[in-house]
Amino acid sequence: MADTANYPTRKAEEWRYSDVDALQTLDLAAINDWRSVTVAAGETYREFFHLDKTDDVELHRLRVQVGDGARCELFAVNAGSQLGRVEVEVTLGKGAHFEFGGVTLGGEQTTREFVTRTIHAEPEATSNQTIRAVHWGRGVGNFLGRIDVARHAQKTDAAQDFKGLLLERGAAANAVPQLEIFADDVKCAHGATVGQLDEQARFYMAARGLSPEESRKLLVRAFLADAFAALDDEDKQGELLDQALSAVGEKL
Amino acid sequence: MLKIENLHAEIDGKKILNGLSLEVNAGEIHAIMGPNGAGKSTLAYVLGGRPGYEVTEGSVTFDGQDLLDLAPHERASAGMFLGFQYPVEIPGVSNVQFLREALNSQRKYRGEEPLSGGEFLKLAKEKAGLLKLDMEMLKRNVNVGFSGGEKKRAEMVQMGILDPQFAVLDETDSGLDIDALRTVGEGINSIMRTPEKSVLLITHYQRLLDYVKPDKVHVLAKGRIVTSGGPELALQLENEGYETVAA
Ligand SMILES: Nc1ncnc2c1ncn2[C@@H]1O[C@H](COP(=O)(O)OP(=O)(O)O)[C@@H](O)[C@H]1O
Ligand SMILES: [Mg+2]
Repeated sequence: MADTANYPTRKAEEWRYSDVDALQTLDLAAINDWRSVTVAAGETYREFFHLDKTDDVELHRLRVQVGDGARCELFAVNAGSQLGRVEVEVTLGKGAHFEFGGVTLGGEQTTREFVTRTIHAEPEATSNQTIRAVHWGRGVGNFLGRIDVARHAQKTDAAQDFKGLLLERGAAANAVPQLEIFADDVKCAHGATVGQLDEQARFYMAARGLSPEESRKLLVRAFLADAFAALDDEDKQGELLDQALSAVGEKL
Repeated sequence: MLKIENLHAEIDGKKILNGLSLEVNAGEIHAIMGPNGAGKSTLAYVLGGRPGYEVTEGSVTFDGQDLLDLAPHERASAGMFLGFQYPVEIPGVSNVQFLREALNSQRKYRGEEPLSGGEFLKLAKEKAGLLKLDMEMLKRNVNVGFSGGEKKRAEMVQMGILDPQFAVLDETDSGLDIDALRTVGEGINSIMRTPEKSVLLITHYQRLLDYVKPDKVHVLAKGRIVTSGGPELALQLENEGYETVAA
């Protein structure tokens, strides 16, 4: 994820499913603009992202250095712009933790994506990433999650869980886990599934009086909720879910 | 209350119901019995409006309206309850959340005020008590991790909360032990045994009918009603089997 002298193309791994055409509306300086955060040893850093603009591109690029025993928690609702992209590079100190919970939502021809690179640079660090993607129309949701485990970073525990839910034919969800592991005592779990709404559940819900819109809303909310389950603030969880659901709204 | 005339229905082009006619008046409980594969669940699903079940001929009138013209959720709001042979699990959605939304959605459809959270919980507690289902179960996700018997009792709690005019109960007795059978039977009586309500009780066995006394018993075979009679018909079926009675 070094600075680019040219506009990114889909040949680059981390732009593989992106809408690189939309990037042309940004100047290169904006594309190369990375924000840096340092979390001191033992501290907790928490940040929320809510992408809901209607312009061409909303791009967030963040580098986080997480000190020994410190925590970095990022939660994101990515439901805006032609291309909405949150890109994070996290370097974990000894015993540090990275928590990432993100949802992408979008229809029409939009692309919404998360690209993470988690560097387990020291032993005993943990990371947990939960991504849920809900798309319709010709919308695309992507999660590219790279995990690097340094040679001496023993007892690393890294987990990635991606689920896509496609509400209409024509939408797509892509998950690309990439593991670069040089230590041997390491746990790396990753899962990726893509499916549709459970029609049996929808008929069951209809038989109890819920309209198709109401049952879809309940099921989508339940589906998205996993992404924010690790957030220890129930009100904020509810707020993030409401933000996400308002993006699905009446578009269907 | 419910009048089915010459109903023909198919799934994936396969004919399942072949000219089924049946009339259930307010205040009546009718039992439908029949061999496996006769079309009992198909009848229940057609009444509920399940996608994929195509009615090719005939009519169903419910409370003076053309039932087949209503969407599934509108049928529920009009007072039709379908108790599932296999209740569906819904991960991530609690019973309380699901049923409160369902009830309020029905009430809205009928032009009634929604129930508050407190009012709903009081109602849910009362109905759970009636069916001897632990209130904690209702806080869990819909049918997820429930045993077969718990699912059936939860169906009846749902029926109690939604308070329908008409219930189609598809093998609500299957998977129940003898104590649960009595509880469910008493639950059905207490919720549905009124002069304004009716029940279509689909069952395989006579044993539920010991608790819920039917006014009429019908035998469904090969997609139509082949015999009808009083409660004694159920006993006769139990003793002689479908082959003799339905022949
Ligand atoms: N989804 C389906 N597709 C095709 N055939 C079906 C389907 N569901 C049921 N059937 C067939 O319809 C017939 C009636 O089934 P069903 O209504 O479930 O019977 P019952 O409830 O009386 O045991 C059976 O022959 C069954 O195989
Ligand atoms: Mg059946």
